[in-house]
Amino acid sequence: MPDQETVHPDALVERIFQDKIDQEVKIEPKDWMPDAYRKTNIRQISQHAHSEIVGMLPEGNWITRAPSLKRKAILLAKVQDEAGHGLYLYSAAETLGTTREQTINDLHSGKAKYSSIFNYPTPSWADMGAIGWLVDGAAILNQVMLCRTSYGPYARAMVRICKEESFHQRQGFEILWVLSKGTDEQKAMCQESINRWWWPSLMMFGPHDSASTNSEQSMLWKIKRKSNDELRQNFVDMCAEQVKVLGMTLPDPNLKWNAETKHYDFGEINWDEFWNVVKGNGPCNKERVAARKKAWEEGEWVREAAAAYAAKREELVD
Amino acid sequence: MTSLIKKYYYGDIPEDKSGGADIPSNNVRQSDWPLWEVFIRSKQGLDHKHAGSLHAADAQMAIENARDVYTRRMEGVSIWVVESKHMHASNPEESTSLYEPSEDKIYRHPTFYDLPEEVKHM
Ligand SMILES: [Fe+2]
Ligand SMILES: [Fe+2]
Repeated sequence: MPDQETVHPDALVERIFQDKIDQEVKIEPKDWMPDAYRKTNIRQISQHAHSEIVGMLPEGNWITRAPSLKRKAILLAKVQDEAGHGLYLYSAAETLGTTREQTINDLHSGKAKYSSIFNYPTPSWADMGAIGWLVDGAAILNQVMLCRTSYGPYARAMVRICKEESFHQRQGFEILWVLSKGTDEQKAMCQESINRWWWPSLMMFGPHDSASTNSEQSMLWKIKRKSNDELRQNFVDMCAEQVKVLGMTLPDPNLKWNAETKHYDFGEINWDEFWNVVKGNGPCNKERVAARKKAWEEGEWVREAAAAYAAKREELVD
Repeated sequence: MTSLIKKYYYGDIPEDKSGGADIPSNNVRQSDWPLWEVFIRSKQGLDHKHAGSLHAADAQMAIENARDVYTRRMEGVSIWVVESKHMHASNPEESTSLYEPSEDKIYRHPTFYDLPEEVKHM
């Protein structure tokens, strides 16, 4: 046997693939990629897309009741942006070989998940502020990281999204800031909303790094580039300072500056609540999916009519 | 190799059967509108650049949707749409042979030529 080192062709392409990732060369749709890389990206990108789309619902709740025409126009623009984000991401997922219809079916059947934060209700106007500040704020940290993710179409969608997100967070903070300068009732409304959104926002970053038992594959493939706890700590450090500007507090008695670590220490998340909402038992899980399904079903005739019209026009041209 | 990816990261929400969404099976009725690729000229004098894709029933709807999806902040002054099925692309696996002819022709670059120092503006 002259050459004992002959590598299996699969191992070879896999090595070329990993080399590209190590050298920060983006993977593009037609490039060879391991099946698990494709599947992980499909799952993650479509979950992300679903989060943008379902995320329109809690805020859409206030469009008709925004306190002024200005706030209404802003909220409408923000919600429209989220629809755009969902569409950028759905098309990124499609480059991996899924169909739009399949992806949407998976959301409706409950097979695919979306961020649990959108399973919480928005009973007060201040929630529009808290969502912009905290929920979009948490999302931005993740999305900034994902601008450097290894799959090209996902990274490009993220760059586009990041450009639009900062307005989302700023308008939210401004809503709270105005309320914090208002009447006693407005101040109380502001604080109450922060109290409700704080912990669910921290849960957005997912379980502790230590709670994960398995493969570091997503990091190795550079789909993800920072750990959950790392991102969460960044978020706490930023918010703990920003809340002071509002003259409000975060609902955590253990929140304290740690001069040694140069970070804020904070209390433990209620993980039972987290898993409970992930499993579908949050306050609004059923309502959210039902609203998506209803929109899809009621749009059926529009999709059919447009397709029929397009077919008819094509006939006329031929 | 690795099909078990149980480490959940932000934006990767735990699913019962972790390890990825399935590639679509054929039991779904295919009624998606056709897919279109969108190209946008961001300002007069510049090339159209690929912005992304979207679904639409016909070209006019594709342009209108492209306006809403890709130009909400005046990112464009002109939009091209082409149905994705009409796009043809080079094969990345053949890229070595495809681009090989230009690899050894360094004399096509101005830096290849040694000129005396006295020559200015060249
Ligand atoms: Fe978004
Ligand atoms: Fe947003």
